[in-house]
Amino acid sequence: MSKKAPNYISTTNACKLCTPLGACLAFKGIEGAVPYLHGSQGCATYMRRYIISHYNEPIDIASSSLSEKNAIYGGGPNLKLGLVNVTQKYQPKLIGIATTCLTETIGDDVGRYLNEFMRETEGTMPIMVRVSTPSYNGTHMEGFHAAVTSVVDQLAEGGETMAGNINLLPGFISPADKRYLSEILNDFKLDSTILPDLSDTMDGPAGTSYKEIQPGGTPIASITSMGRATATIEFGRTIGEKSGGAVLANKYGVKRIVLGTPIGIAETDAFFAALSSLSGNPVPQKHAMERGRLLDSYIDCHKYVFGKKAIIYGEEDQVVGLTAFLAEIGIVPVLCASGGKSGKLAAAIRDVTGDILAEQPQVFEGMDFFDISEMAEGLAPDLLVGHSKGYPLARKMIIPLIRVGFPIHDRMGGQRILHLGYRGAQALFDQVVNAILAKKQDDSSVGYSYM
Amino acid sequence: MEGMLADRQDQVHRTGEQPFTLVCNKDSLAGAVSQRACVFCGSRVVLYPIADALHLVHGPIGCAVYTWDIRGSLSSGSELFRLSFSTDLQEIDVIFGGEEKLYRALIELIDRHSPKAAFIYSTCIVGIIGDDLEAVCRRVEAEKGIPVIPVMSEGFKGNKRAGYTAACNAMARLIGTGDTAGISPYSINILGDFNLAGEIWIIRKYFERMGVEVVANITGDGRVDDLKRAHGAALNVVQCSGSTMDLAKIMEEKYNIPSIRVSYFGVDDMAQSLYDVANHFGDKEMLEKTKKIVQEELTRIMPQLQIYKKALAGKKAAIYVGGSFKAFSLVKAFRLIDMQVVMVGSQTGTEQEYRELAEITDPGTIIVDDTNPLELSSFLEEKEVDILVGGVKERPIAYKLGVAFCDHNHERKEALAGFEGMLNFAREVYSSVMSPVWRIKK
Repeated sequence: MSKKAPNYISTTNACKLCTPLGACLAFKGIEGAVPYLHGSQGCATYMRRYIISHYNEPIDIASSSLSEKNAIYGGGPNLKLGLVNVTQKYQPKLIGIATTCLTETIGDDVGRYLNEFMRETEGTMPIMVRVSTPSYNGTHMEGFHAAVTSVVDQLAEGGETMAGNINLLPGFISPADKRYLSEILNDFKLDSTILPDLSDTMDGPAGTSYKEIQPGGTPIASITSMGRATATIEFGRTIGEKSGGAVLANKYGVKRIVLGTPIGIAETDAFFAALSSLSGNPVPQKHAMERGRLLDSYIDCHKYVFGKKAIIYGEEDQVVGLTAFLAEIGIVPVLCASGGKSGKLAAAIRDVTGDILAEQPQVFEGMDFFDISEMAEGLAPDLLVGHSKGYPLARKMIIPLIRVGFPIHDRMGGQRILHLGYRGAQALFDQVVNAILAKKQDDSSVGYSYM
Repeated sequence: MEGMLADRQDQVHRTGEQPFTLVCNKDSLAGAVSQRACVFCGSRVVLYPIADALHLVHGPIGCAVYTWDIRGSLSSGSELFRLSFSTDLQEIDVIFGGEEKLYRALIELIDRHSPKAAFIYSTCIVGIIGDDLEAVCRRVEAEKGIPVIPVMSEGFKGNKRAGYTAACNAMARLIGTGDTAGISPYSINILGDFNLAGEIWIIRKYFERMGVEVVANITGDGRVDDLKRAHGAALNVVQCSGSTMDLAKIMEEKYNIPSIRVSYFGVDDMAQSLYDVANHFGDKEMLEKTKKIVQEELTRIMPQLQIYKKALAGKKAAIYVGGSFKAFSLVKAFRLIDMQVVMVGSQTGTEQEYRELAEITDPGTIIVDDTNPLELSSFLEEKEVDILVGGVKERPIAYKLGVAFCDHNHERKEALAGFEGMLNFAREVYSSVMSPVWRIKK
């Protein structure tokens, strides 16, 4: 088996998105915020279309709509005009400004523009947070984390520590995951700030009027108080050292706890243990029961999944969590691939599977779907686990695709997929088992009526 | 409209309330949240359906990944066009230039896929760092012996219309390089149909039944070799005038090929399109065949259409589409099922088109250029609209307001062109407007 990463110059069917998209999503999870792209008009529109196709929710992303003239003489005037117009039309509490490859390359100094602008407008404008997201550097996840870091860095304040209050920076999770995390923290009797929070802004109820800005999101007052929390939990074994949690630790001495994205029992146990320790409360009975039922189902179905081979792809931290989960139920991860390039993926996967797997899967960063497909041919996987862009490969190989993460463009309800915790593992587990059973049933010449 | 940005007010007109004035074809206003994309998008959507060409996006990953398999264009053969190719420029390429990476990526992809031609799309950043696309394309073309054509589609160099022009200029370099021997004097190119949900196949069948040879599909289910000999056709039949009219003009100047504007949406315009082509050739037998086709098709669909008409009569529709030419046909199509259009707008319409829309629409109809979610939602509320026709970005606006929706954009999976397309269109409208979900109390 080849252990060498494919090394092509060209990219075909990328397994990543660009940095400003991640930043826009992070900003969208803040109360009263409008994401704003300093760039040409197309970026905002493309990202909106891409995001809408997943959530089936409106997302208004404003743009400086730079033209050729602005590209030559600088985008400052358009930036200011755009901010004035957004403020007038949306009356936001916060505008999250992300740059694009265009404005980074022409050398627009957004920080200077904004300082000038704040002086000129003398406190009449909403809060403005800026983040540098050149799309030639990193993936949407770097953009997402950079936006979270910027928000924390620019808004959080210090002061007297609030006992029993923690920060949770979960990364890019589904609205369903966020709602469940809130429930868990409540059950542990912890006050918390979860940043960002897309659970209402990108999964809202049917309405009777069109809201300028969808209600929900992390309250700005809570973000301001993040410097006074007792600890910050961050999900993601591959996140960098410039994270929001690191900022809070460095500036205000808030204890930083980095955990793996809690997918599967082992990673979730670690999360619950941390919550127990921070709250001083044992794991609530409700969650202990959910864990028990989950384990019961693992046992009931272990034979059907044992030894099945899976390819896992997508965002790095999600891949790590999914791999941990699949390994603990007896599935053999044969390839773990991401378009991201943290340099930490292989080590993170070894950390979560080392005591289960006799042999480590092939783990590659910087992969696209051409690479994944090429490798898949020699690996004979039984299933794919990842977002909907793996569908062509699943179709070609005639194997099930377990749809997780973002984007889900060919099915409904991407925002309601639960991945995290015992409950998320239960949902994923049932899906995985049933996909394998369905495949066996469909392929069978008799079509069993019982398992 | 209350609360509308001052700089946007001259881009809205209400039919009959004052003499026609409407400002359009200008850059989108910063901060207004336009529904438009960019120059690159314009080029990409026009050239995308050329199925056996390699479409390589030279830029950072976003531009390519957001346009991966983006259209519902179908191919009768090659599926190469559905792959998303990019040079995925990195910081180091931005600093030192991306030409070498582009060259190596091109060679790699051409060796891998053996395409009939390659289109290389320029993006914002390439326009800034100044990569010489022409030079790289010439070099690869010489080495590989296939046409390698740069598409000058830097995102910031105008709006979507500029992208259409760039796409037309790129196609013009292919046309005229093929052998035109054996092409019938009764021959056409179909311009401006993108074979969404197989629409161009429906249209081609009509022309075949009339005895007209289709030389090239431009661009739905398009092929490089057909494009190369497109200058051998006797007539260019142009739909969606915004996107391919420039190419028709180039071909008229260069090869003296006349063109006519048509629309395949709605029965009136569909029938008129076939008659216009028959009349152009002035062949009696062809005209008889055309009459027969129209009669047969109408006989087939009209009884079924009546069912929808009965249910939908009196309902109100709003239209927001990419190019305003399509809006004309939609206004007529709604009339055919007794529905009233109360708002119509587009991303890239021309003043002439909007003026004509003002002439054919009922008094009080809102006509709007380059609108945005907040304006659109206020129009839908003000006019108490029953259904919005638009694309993916407009869909959640309608749904959040409890308004039905019909996808008439390039991702649609239902064929809406041709006579049977009218029936599908009515069914689409019917299946959203008549759904019981709107009755459930919010």
